[in-house]
Amino acid sequence: MAEPAIEVSDLGVTRGERQVVTGLSLSVARGSVTGLLGPSGCGKSTLMRSIVGVQARVTGTVRVLGRAAGDAELRPRIGYVTQAPSVYVDLSVSENLRYFARLLSAPGERIGELIETVGLRGLEQHLVGALSGGERARVSLATAMLNSPELLILDEPTVGLDPVLREELWRTFRELADDGTTLLISSHVMDEAAECDALLLMRNGTLLAQTTPQELRELTGEHDLGRAFLAIIRGRAA
Amino acid sequence: MSAAATGATAQRVLWQVRRDRRTAALILAVPVLLLVLMRYVFDGEPQAFQKIGAPLCGLFPFILMFLVTSITMLRERTTGTLERLMTMPLSKLDLLGGYGIAFGLLAALQATLVCATGFIALGLHAPHGAWLVGVLAVGNAVLGMALGLLVSAFAETEFQAVQFMPAIVFPQMLLCGLFVARDSMAPVLYDISWALPLTYAYDALARATSPAPLGAALVADVAVVVGATLACLAGGALTLRRATA
Repeated sequence: MAEPAIEVSDLGVTRGERQVVTGLSLSVARGSVTGLLGPSGCGKSTLMRSIVGVQARVTGTVRVLGRAAGDAELRPRIGYVTQAPSVYVDLSVSENLRYFARLLSAPGERIGELIETVGLRGLEQHLVGALSGGERARVSLATAMLNSPELLILDEPTVGLDPVLREELWRTFRELADDGTTLLISSHVMDEAAECDALLLMRNGTLLAQTTPQELRELTGEHDLGRAFLAIIRGRAA
Repeated sequence: MSAAATGATAQRVLWQVRRDRRTAALILAVPVLLLVLMRYVFDGEPQAFQKIGAPLCGLFPFILMFLVTSITMLRERTTGTLERLMTMPLSKLDLLGGYGIAFGLLAALQATLVCATGFIALGLHAPHGAWLVGVLAVGNAVLGMALGLLVSAFAETEFQAVQFMPAIVFPQMLLCGLFVARDSMAPVLYDISWALPLTYAYDALARATSPAPLGAALVADVAVVVGATLACLAGGALTLRRATA
């Protein structure tokens, strides 16, 4: 089998005095959609930041696309979307995308395609600062997809979105994976877990389980993935 | 370092300035209006206006760029765009260079307006040519930018960033010799003034606006300003971290 897109072993992260991630090991297969699930504050974002290589005070090893996380050579190959939209609020949608497209050497026609993909047609000339939270998040998402990176790390990309758009975005994620892109997507909404090929369940800075929706249901006898997650937590505690 | 990324960043910063028309207008109009105000404050003392107003034409861009850069860079840090840039194939020098070009152009425009007002409309003298004051002004603007970039790392809010203006710029303005000759200050202040970059920036401007021959002292002043700029840029680059806690 091909080398995994992401391979983490014994990851530990301290922030201040606190150990926020402990002894975490996992792997993410290439060309898959992997859901990273867990309650707010469980370390999902910290794990993602460690994979992208922007997290300081990391122990253990994190290999991404065959290289150490944070390697300069990886920068054009990874798209990362933070939970808070990180785009320029004092520029228009199209100015934001044009700037980042030039930095990423992405072809100009990608901008139009992505505006369509994230449902921002008609808002190109609007200032990002005048958009709603969900619209800003979509500008941020489009930015990460400009140069069609091999690996997309998306931190809660669908929070606060219209259900129709959310479904469309998940369809886009699926199409990207079918074309070979690896996606790691965090969420605290369990119904999105069903859309994923693989699941990483986190709680209190540790990995509870690396599984698939199918396996999780079989293991716990619960059809509802939210209840299945709960059963895993209870099983751990017992 | 890539010319495309540097150019794209410079253009992006200029887009931001263009979008914020009120700030752009303030940047260009305020120094001109202050100079006109000074002209009439010193109505009965034209020599004093020449002594203070002429070098000040080259110091305005320093003050402006310090303020604008510290706030713009602080915004990059607090809104997450800096973190995003650090995950992209963009070197720190591209980012700093982009800022330098954009704000340098803005400073050149500001210096042109201020110098035209001072040396043409208000009758200030530039015995060695107003262009020399303009060139020094752009150099001082880049110094202000570098210093603003460095201090932005020590502010958490825009309010704090603005406070660096009285904390870092005002003392240098008082000690640089613009208002009182440095050798008539208390000895301890005179000693301190040697360590402040604005002292050299002012000294160069004072020489450029007085009739005495320029000489090697001007070159030494410029060398110190360039050195201080590079040191601040290096310090500022160290504060642009790819990995943060």
